Amino acid sequence: MKEYELVIIGGGPAGLAAAVAAFDAGIKDILILERDHSLGGILNQCIHNGFGLHTFKEELTGPEYAARFTDQVLERGIEYKLNTMVMDISPEKMVCAMNSEDGMFMIPAKAVILAMGCRERSRGALNIPGYRPAGIFSAGTAQRLVNMEGQMPGKRVVILGSGDIGLIMARRMTLEGAKVLVVAELMPYSGGLKRNIVQCLDDFDIPLKLSHTVTDIEGRERVEAVTIAKVGADRRPIPGTEIRYECDTLLLSCGLIPENELSQNIGVELSPVTSGPIVNDGLETNIPGVFACGNVLHVHDLVDYVSEEAAAAGRNAASFIQNGESTESDKIELCPEGGVRYTVPVYLRPGKMNDTVTVRFRVGEVFKNSSIVTYFDDDEVMRRKKQIMAPGEMEQVILKKSDILAKPGMKKITIRVEEG
Amino acid sequence: MDKRNLTCIGCPMGCQLTVTLEDGKVMEVTGNTCKRGETYAIDEVTNPTRIVTSTVKVSGGNEAMVSVKTGSVIPKNKIFECASALKGVEVKAPVKIGDVIVPNVCDTGVDIIATKNVIAIG
Amino acid sequence: MFDVVVIGAGVTGCAIARELSAYDINVCVLERGEDLCSGTSKANSAIVHAGFDAKCGSKKALYNVRGSVMMEKLCKDLDVPYKRNGSLVTCSKDQDRSVLRDLLKQGEENGVEGLRIVEKDELKEIEPNLSDDIECALLAETGAIICPFHLTYALGENAAANGAHFRLNTEVTGVAKEGDHFVIDIKDAPSVETKIVVNAAGVYADDIHNMVSKNKLHIVARKGQYFLLDKTVGNYVTHTVFQLPGKMGKGVLMTPTVHGNILVGPNAEDIEDKEGTNTTLSGMDYLTKTISLSIANPPLKNVITSFAGLRAHEDGEDFVIGEATDAEGFFDAAGIESPGLSSAPAIGEDIAKMVAEKLGASLKTDFVPTRKGILNPAELSFEERNKLIKEKPEYGQIICRCESISEGEILDAIHRPLGARSLDGVKRRTRAGMGRCQSGFCSPKVMEILERELNMDYTAVTKNGGGSQIVYGENKQV
Repeated sequence: MKEYELVIIGGGPAGLAAAVAAFDAGIKDILILERDHSLGGILNQCIHNGFGLHTFKEELTGPEYAARFTDQVLERGIEYKLNTMVMDISPEKMVCAMNSEDGMFMIPAKAVILAMGCRERSRGALNIPGYRPAGIFSAGTAQRLVNMEGQMPGKRVVILGSGDIGLIMARRMTLEGAKVLVVAELMPYSGGLKRNIVQCLDDFDIPLKLSHTVTDIEGRERVEAVTIAKVGADRRPIPGTEIRYECDTLLLSCGLIPENELSQNIGVELSPVTSGPIVNDGLETNIPGVFACGNVLHVHDLVDYVSEEAAAAGRNAASFIQNGESTESDKIELCPEGGVRYTVPVYLRPGKMNDTVTVRFRVGEVFKNSSIVTYFDDDEVMRRKKQIMAPGEMEQVILKKSDILAKPGMKKITIRVEEG
Repeated sequence: MDKRNLTCIGCPMGCQLTVTLEDGKVMEVTGNTCKRGETYAIDEVTNPTRIVTSTVKVSGGNEAMVSVKTGSVIPKNKIFECASALKGVEVKAPVKIGDVIVPNVCDTGVDIIATKNVIAIG
Repeated sequence: MFDVVVIGAGVTGCAIARELSAYDINVCVLERGEDLCSGTSKANSAIVHAGFDAKCGSKKALYNVRGSVMMEKLCKDLDVPYKRNGSLVTCSKDQDRSVLRDLLKQGEENGVEGLRIVEKDELKEIEPNLSDDIECALLAETGAIICPFHLTYALGENAAANGAHFRLNTEVTGVAKEGDHFVIDIKDAPSVETKIVVNAAGVYADDIHNMVSKNKLHIVARKGQYFLLDKTVGNYVTHTVFQLPGKMGKGVLMTPTVHGNILVGPNAEDIEDKEGTNTTLSGMDYLTKTISLSIANPPLKNVITSFAGLRAHEDGEDFVIGEATDAEGFFDAAGIESPGLSSAPAIGEDIAKMVAEKLGASLKTDFVPTRKGILNPAELSFEERNKLIKEKPEYGQIICRCESISEGEILDAIHRPLGARSLDGVKRRTRAGMGRCQSGFCSPKVMEILERELNMDYTAVTKNGGGSQIVYGENKQV
């Protein structure tokens, strides 16, 4: 099989934006490998609006947002293969992929961008007790059934988890004729956008029960009832608070997990917090020339940030192909502290970094009237007041190369949430 | 005097707004912590609108369904009417983003337009 | 009129049917579920016990030891995944190691080979993730792991290939002796007549037995809950690690599976409801707490699913094998709880012999003892796999991304004898949907394949038959 300078694993929003940016940075020899039958990834089933406000300054639906990037890929004549599954990638960046036309084939690549996205946490991973009948779906599976197949997976629905997909599906199922009885959320706050709570639940009088979880699923063949109960501070159900809902469907919207099984095969180191690769300022993993972006790197709140991050990964991969491996050994570690759960990237290469680097992160709980404070070693260098920060939304700090070079010998950069 | 309670959607704060109305006119908005909250509250009580998105069947294409939306906002109280207007609608591939699927849906003056390209096959 | 009707297409029923199909007789298997392997056989520890657990002289000991010896060749003949990984019964510093010595002695008396006690130093070498409190263990070299689904399907398919009939979705509501034969009543279908009945009805075997015999059996459903862990921690242990039976019960085990996952469980809880396959918070808490007695830092955050199985526990504490004393021609394979999977080959052989003797039947000359399983492309070389895809392009299309299962494998599962008819049927045969996303991504695609291949309506596709439909109809129409 032919060699490519850049192979991109995944043709969703991350892969497409990375391809376009790498092409525009001068790399013409690119191949995108996509497992589904069209480019665009999960956006194709996200038919609701609300995408692209940052990128295009207008409100698009998922398929429209995807089409904007697909069009850019097509205009540039970037090669792609659909219905193609990547089976393995070696540390030498030999990509092994398969489809029904070409069979199994090997593609040597100079650089690889990982853009495989994420999967939903399943019922099993949530340890929800009860029977295992038909009628238990992850919200995304229900979304695919309704929006892509035009098939209704339920009539009377209980939803666990108030992530955005769960909220969106509450409205979607309602508009298609189902009755959504309740949305239960384990945490004392919702991980979803306020806008979605109002427009997907309040608009349709669907109750949201915070600090609640599912304690039983009944039904031998199809779901017949779901019991939810209030949880205490330890997130364990409080006996006596159970409410039983007769229903035929339970949708789960309980978090997303980056799909890094391929990455692990290459030997990419993963962060235990994000389950995504540990990357430097260039979004490059510990394997030189292997980059990561989008939800495989860390789960994003808005696709606009996926596109932005992926474009950076594309440019950096282009630069790697053009300039070769970075030999610099200096590293500055980024340390999340005091409410900051993680940072992407995890470390900076002061000599190699771009003029600015966007550090993205999430906080671990809701913070009001607090500040994001950045320290270079022990010196405070930046303080930005935030009226509100919530775990459902990504935050960012932009670091300037000039500031960092002005402080030679720096060991670490700390980002923390502080009161006031 | 009429009081309406709303949750502001401007940011994750989700301020609990109270709007005081008299004869349909907004007298006061309280609970907001910024100007956006007031604007949202006034719009939401005087002329609440939404974009509606859905899908319709498509025949002869590389997809079974094509996603659609209202070309602009429609009154909130027409959401269900609009959704049912799409019942039984079926289009033929090819479909291009922006194609009008149902003109002037429910007499809102707004068209239902396609939001996905569907290629004709076979 | 059939010569023999076997009630139940679990691993025991299928093993019996397969052995019966070697004789020149007319065999029919009746199964209540929509598929083989729908009850106890689908939810257990998936291990072949060495045979030291059961009391000397019991049927459990006899069949376990024989079954364990037969299993490797049987799996080879029937193309079933089997691995002799060895098992350990661990004993912690707070436990009585004399119990371990007793087990060793019992095993030796039962005729189990390859048993010895291993001390801490060696244990650390062979199983580094054991808890620090573990001082010694009984190693059984003949302990093995197996895929219970594949074994059941293989036995069933092989029986069918040799002429046995299978009727699925066929629930027996009555069995009565009429003269020299039996009449079996079926729910919503005509009765069936047969000379001989074999009762392999799992947790319902007492109900079936009691229809014809005054010597009543009583089976209680003993529920066992399990966690299945992701393949990323599939090497956490390599042996099947049991805990020492003691005052706190039998403890729970951790074992690798033949497919590379880790299984943790079971607890034991006697319940009234013979359909009570629900998991419970207390059961899962028990597993979480108990497994750490033998395993250091059990990686339970990698659980991909939990499930419960029901073991058919008979009051007499032993298997009930053989002809009912007061109902000539009615044979029991009842009370088949652990080590039932391990014992199935031997039980099958014995029951078939007894039945053949009764009928005066002789062995066929054209019995085919082997069967090919679903082709696993992952076992092919690069070139072989490409050749396969060229001939059958569907082997190039991955449907289940977590387990890398192609459309070709799913088509094979559907179109082979006694093929899959539901999502679970496809899952148990191919593993599509059994991985870490638990069918989130592939179920709509597998549904499409079932719809197309079986020419059924999308809404008629079920999880596992009956009323387990997945979708209700088109948008806006339900």
